[in-house]
Amino acid sequence: MKLHEYQAKQVFADAGIPTPASELASDVDGAVAAAEEIGYPVAIKAQVQVGGRGKAGGIKLVEDEDEAREAADEILGMDLKGYHVDRVLVEEAVDFTNELYVGITMDRGEGKPVAMVSTKGGVNIEEVAEEDPDAIAREHIDPAFGMHPYQARKAVYDAGVDQSIARDVSSVLTTLYQLWDDRDGSDAEINPLMVTSDDEVIAADAVMNIDEDALFRQPELAEMEEEAAGGDELEQKADEYDFDYVRLDGNVGIIGNGAGLVMTTLDLVDHYGGEPANFLDVGGGAKAERIANALDMVFSDDNVDSVVFNIFGGITRGDEVARGINEALEQFDEIPKPVVVRLAGTNWEEGMEILNEDLVTVEQTLEDAVQRAVEYAGEVNE
Amino acid sequence: MSVLVDDDTRVVVQGITGGEGKFHAQQMMEYGTNVVAGAVPGKGGQEVEGVPVYDTVHEAVEEENADTSVIFVPPAFAGDAVFESLDADLDLAVAITEGIPTQDMARVNKRLTETDTRLIGPNCPGLITPGEAKLGILPGNIFAEGNVGLVSRSGTLTYQVVDSLTNRGIGQTTAIGIGGDPIIGTDFVDALELFEDDPDTDAIVMCGEIGGEDEEEAAAFIDDYVDTPVAGFIAGRTAPPGKRMGHAGAIVSGSGTGTAESKISALNDAGVPVGDTPEEVADHIEEFLA
Repeated sequence: MKLHEYQAKQVFADAGIPTPASELASDVDGAVAAAEEIGYPVAIKAQVQVGGRGKAGGIKLVEDEDEAREAADEILGMDLKGYHVDRVLVEEAVDFTNELYVGITMDRGEGKPVAMVSTKGGVNIEEVAEEDPDAIAREHIDPAFGMHPYQARKAVYDAGVDQSIARDVSSVLTTLYQLWDDRDGSDAEINPLMVTSDDEVIAADAVMNIDEDALFRQPELAEMEEEAAGGDELEQKADEYDFDYVRLDGNVGIIGNGAGLVMTTLDLVDHYGGEPANFLDVGGGAKAERIANALDMVFSDDNVDSVVFNIFGGITRGDEVARGINEALEQFDEIPKPVVVRLAGTNWEEGMEILNEDLVTVEQTLEDAVQRAVEYAGEVNE
Repeated sequence: MSVLVDDDTRVVVQGITGGEGKFHAQQMMEYGTNVVAGAVPGKGGQEVEGVPVYDTVHEAVEEENADTSVIFVPPAFAGDAVFESLDADLDLAVAITEGIPTQDMARVNKRLTETDTRLIGPNCPGLITPGEAKLGILPGNIFAEGNVGLVSRSGTLTYQVVDSLTNRGIGQTTAIGIGGDPIIGTDFVDALELFEDDPDTDAIVMCGEIGGEDEEEAAAFIDDYVDTPVAGFIAGRTAPPGKRMGHAGAIVSGSGTGTAESKISALNDAGVPVGDTPEEVADHIEEFLA
């Protein structure tokens, strides 16, 4: 779960990390009023969760009321890489002399958190990581002890941060780690951490991703998630149904159990000349209702021309899956799109007995099922 | 022969009184697994399917000589359940639970380095030695006794590949689902080492997926240490970049790793053929064994 910039800034500010004065606005008048209160110049920043907002026209620096009105009018309501902008953050424009990067993330290879500091802030940090990996100082943290103060200092000195601000940057890094640890962060980043002409540091952007699996013990952040909900209609629906779902560009809808098997089904659709419309993992042990919801999900995507169901039961039972498919399809006078079903594993035989074969095409193997679904999708497009 | 689990393994099921725990304890016993105890705080003294339940894993060890745990404890408490297994000094702990917070697993991972217990999982289907014992939720009926070792990050993909093997009359020594979480106990390299040292394993299947660098590390290990022939499969070749690979991982590792292409080419460079489909993986294994 990714917090919006304004939410992450609030969380950072509450913890004591310096952030610029800012206010959230959802209409032009509100944005202008906020700008007046903060004092020009201000930045007007679209609050959508996509990278490269600035380049896409979602961030504008304004000097006076006319410019503020024009920029707010332009940004509010715009479509930014597929996301509708309905809120902007109006923020004090900080006069800076330098930009740094600080971040905390989980290094999955090491199984440990890692703190990172770079003097190459304000730019795409992934590019820095690729082109000049030594420009990012890294310090692994023992998760049982947390970050020792010397580790924050070491990362800051290793990165070559100037003496005059080293203490403040160490302090920001220490606070950031504490936040990351307390709030079950998956990553927490400040890019850029601006350095002012008075040698003060200030978080000009804020990224905070929370481990979804830990939201049960972060009720305050879970509330923020509800506030932040938005985006693609189908993805919202997937959230409601609690599916792992990714929308893709093709026309073969895919439903399966287990991430690896669903990815394999996608790969096979591609292998046999089709194009996957989505990734949908119903997860382990799905009951009939969940299966029906999955079909509803995939049917709601207008791009889908055929659907392939690939279930290999372990903890999931074939009879439950079959009941769910029947339930979902029996509501229709005419099935909207052809459905191919392949059931294997736990209770697949019981499932085959229950499954209403007038409504679906049954295939015994994964390969046959995928090929049949690709064929159906192709026929629609002829 | 087998690795890690056989019919001597003495299992304590943590969470045996829950729905999943009870159902799968029963399934494991039906398969022949020696389930000797359950462990559920507050439920000591009860019996589930004829198995005595204790309040703690330590009691299950004292009273029933349990040496292995299988964990069906809800995610909020599962990290603690793993710590309990480690503290009871078991040989093996198998965590089936999905959705354990990553920071909890980082702490478990640290503790693992200080104990002799081996962890499989979490978020995994478990492991099985066909004809002897299974630990976890794998459907026993699709496996067959034989000479192929299998290690996989995905449960259902394991079933798919095993099905292709068994249908051709190719059985398995042991199949291990190591789980797809960012932080896991036993990884590919550990499993490959076990199979390499097992005299009865004549070929190995390794099923990976996009994300992380475990497959690349496994490829380097195979190149240096593994003489047993290995065939691979990598799921997620068509998955769009950025959707599953976290931003964070890209920073730490630099981009270019973690993709299906980088994994497949690392494996190919180590002499491991990678199938485009599960059936092609079985084709490679068939050739190795011919």
